[in-house]
Amino acid sequence: MSSIKSFSVLPGFGLSMGFTLVYLSLIVLIPLSAVFIFTSQLTWAEFWAIVSAPRVVASYKLSFGASLAAAAINAVFGLMLAWVLVRYSFPGKKIVDALVDLPFALPTAVAGIALTALYAPNGWIGQFIQGTLGIKVAFAPLGVLVALVFIGLPFVVRTVQPVLQDLETELEEAASSLGANRWQTFRYVLIPIILPALMTGFALAFARAVGEYGSVIFIAGNIPMVSEITPLMIITKLEQYDYAGATAIAAVMLVVSFVMLLIINALQAWAGKRTGRDR
Amino acid sequence: MSNAAVVNKPLSNFAWVSPTKYERNVATQESKWIKISVISIALAFFALFLVMPLVAVFTEALRKGFEVYWLALSDSDALSAVRLTLLTALIAVPLNLVFGVAAAWAIAKFEFKGKQLLITFIDLPFSVSPVIVGLVYVLVFGVNGWFGEWLVANDIKIIFAVPGIVLATIFVTFPFVARELIPLMQAQGKEEEEAAVVLGAGGWQTFWYVTLPNIKWGLLYGVILCNARAMGEFGAVSVVSGHIRGQTNTMPLHVEILYNEYNFAAAFAVASLLALLALVTLVLKTWVEHRAGTNASAH
Amino acid sequence: MSIEVKNLHKQFGSFTALDDISLNFPSGELVALLGPSGCGKTTLLRIIAGLEQADSGSVILDGENASQTHVRERQVGFVFQHYALFKHMTVFDNVAFGLRMKPRKSRPSEKVIAEKVHRLLELVQLDWLADRFPSQLSGGQRQRIALARALAVEPRVLLLDEPFGALDAKVRKELRRWLRKLHDELHITSIFVTHDQEEALEVADRVVLMDHGKVEQVGTPDEVYNHPQTPFVYGFLGSVNLFHGRVDDGHLHVGDDVLHDLGENYGPGSEVYAFARPHELDIVVDTQQVSGLSAKVNRVLSFGLNSRVELDGINSAHGQHFEVELSPQRVHELSLTQGQIVKLVPSKLKLFQRDSLHKDHHA
Repeated sequence: MSSIKSFSVLPGFGLSMGFTLVYLSLIVLIPLSAVFIFTSQLTWAEFWAIVSAPRVVASYKLSFGASLAAAAINAVFGLMLAWVLVRYSFPGKKIVDALVDLPFALPTAVAGIALTALYAPNGWIGQFIQGTLGIKVAFAPLGVLVALVFIGLPFVVRTVQPVLQDLETELEEAASSLGANRWQTFRYVLIPIILPALMTGFALAFARAVGEYGSVIFIAGNIPMVSEITPLMIITKLEQYDYAGATAIAAVMLVVSFVMLLIINALQAWAGKRTGRDR
Repeated sequence: MSNAAVVNKPLSNFAWVSPTKYERNVATQESKWIKISVISIALAFFALFLVMPLVAVFTEALRKGFEVYWLALSDSDALSAVRLTLLTALIAVPLNLVFGVAAAWAIAKFEFKGKQLLITFIDLPFSVSPVIVGLVYVLVFGVNGWFGEWLVANDIKIIFAVPGIVLATIFVTFPFVARELIPLMQAQGKEEEEAAVVLGAGGWQTFWYVTLPNIKWGLLYGVILCNARAMGEFGAVSVVSGHIRGQTNTMPLHVEILYNEYNFAAAFAVASLLALLALVTLVLKTWVEHRAGTNASAH
Repeated sequence: MSIEVKNLHKQFGSFTALDDISLNFPSGELVALLGPSGCGKTTLLRIIAGLEQADSGSVILDGENASQTHVRERQVGFVFQHYALFKHMTVFDNVAFGLRMKPRKSRPSEKVIAEKVHRLLELVQLDWLADRFPSQLSGGQRQRIALARALAVEPRVLLLDEPFGALDAKVRKELRRWLRKLHDELHITSIFVTHDQEEALEVADRVVLMDHGKVEQVGTPDEVYNHPQTPFVYGFLGSVNLFHGRVDDGHLHVGDDVLHDLGENYGPGSEVYAFARPHELDIVVDTQQVSGLSAKVNRVLSFGLNSRVELDGINSAHGQHFEVELSPQRVHELSLTQGQIVKLVPSKLKLFQRDSLHKDHHA
């Protein structure tokens, strides 16, 4: 023990570390490894056939495409919302600030049926959009986007907001005294400082959106080749007792998740360096 | 770019709220119209994506009157779903609480190799799709899984039964307490604990009288978020539950079943309970943030 | 270029930061705003820069009323206490910032900008750091880069907020001398804020002493140090012994003790405060001598050029502490012992009417 841990007078390292490792392994690591162990029982050809089936590929396109679009929308409006919450005063600000976390607190199934009710052809928003623009939102790929925007918004707001809050006004005062106008200050001084946090928020929203299930399945309509998301493909295979198929697709998604995790960690390190904040 | 008028412009657009320090500083304020436009756009987006769904839940729930609403909630299947949801949270939250404290203690108070890797592993459940969480437990405990034959032989049911639901819930709520406590305890350092040990306190005494008072708000914060997710989890639980009415249905699953049966009023009635839970969570969370904030500034 | 402020008033809630300030900063001078924290000096500097709005009064730059001019149009160079360098930009980009932000028609070409930036970096002797980021610089280097950045836009005046406040003692001394030298080369009207009297007296052409939002005295370092006009200035610049007494027949009565030779006329019965610097007091062992203030020797500190004697007041001055600075020979002659009762004889005393002190009696 002494070789991996440096000396400390505080007690309880063995107990707390032992419990942490056992619990982590039993609940998370060993079960997760099952995905890769089951997948490794497939031949490469079998694996490839499953994960590159047209219906599955269509689901990747929707899941990744909609997740990217949703994260981009959230990056723009999340930044705006964070800016408004930090910089401006307006009535009801505290309530808005608290409600930003609603997607974290509201069960996804509830969000799913609520959004469906709103955007269905006879819903409050749906009938308006379909009536005036002729665009179908619920039971179409656009519905997936709507659900993913809902899910991802707090990720951007909550990563950008603290960075904005910690920004010294001195920087803007300096820019201003050097003759920069408001837009130049925003573009050349503020944006470069916020950017790493904004990208972290974008990546977090994207990662969450790719794996999201509950809020999407109600509104998506789940039409094969059109509005099926990848997590739904896993469920579909499972319901057909096609464990190999479900596992292979899960393996692909897990690899993507791990890559995202690495990217997010790197972004956070960058953000810490850029803003001088330590995490 | 005319400069004469820009300096003395109104601070807040709303006379009855006090302006922020940015609105008072000539170097950090925008013109009135830019400010009003940005606030309007941001709040419109906020209303469209966050407020409207919330309002929709309650209006849909009460659309057919209070009687239908009450009937849906007092239905025996609904009540057993509530019971199962509470039971699941009651098991998952304390387990993850103990884990969170243990992990944070080991990580924040000691130096050891592989610490960063351990933190990444603890965060891992957040980046795994809930559907995959359900799947992995099927692979381990399902009929064709690693322990499938043994479980059947001993007549133990995990998948499509309550233990599977609890396990899946523990997985998805795994990091909540730990990730709240780790940065908090790291920031607090270990000087106070060392002082306690020097003064002759034992391990548990040190934890109970020195560490716990310092982390109580962070702990509570983690527990509140953990509980909200535990009660609201859908995807992971959906895979392992088997959807047996009155037995393996949690509230979110019950919402799904009712919805798929086109029993919308009942589905939204149960959903409104979950939405209320979410609102209570947000209120508690804001309150804890406030308390933790005033506590921190008092030090 | 000259700076003038007229009747400036600034209130933060119930706190008066500036109370009817009128000052004139002549062209080409280096002026220090000196005072304790909360005296309003930084607020005054920020109002001159345009970073803060006065509640009333005006700022006149070069004879022109600039009170309504936005900070970005005032053409002032401002150096922030914590430098406010842009962390994501190199040293070069930081210094070039102001030039690149100019409207397109008055913006110099990149080539001209590069030349100018390098010239400025040479001026602050940091040309070799052009490609570094601020996080890779020492505090003193950051300070000089901040100065170069402010100078790049050819400001009409240079304003520095606690320019040496965040530096350690050794670097601070070095930079002080360097700033003075730089000012002698550039002759740009400059104002800097400081709470460090040594810094103000050493660097500035003129010193403005402020307290509680008011100007206490303006003058050359020599004037303010040797001829303090108010009790505050007397107490703020250098250490001082203070006693409270009453004037009667040309003598100052402090309790039962009497001090002669006031050199100043006060009406009989005036309540006054008397100030004497540590080196303006002598110690007399013969307590029979009537003219002196009784005190008890507490400690004798004999190191450095001068020795210091710490004494406790007795009788009416009970609870008060005095400090006397003597030459080592004199201390040797006196051969003081702890607890010995002696008399303090001032060679010079400065008296102020008691009511003139009420304002900072609590400070």
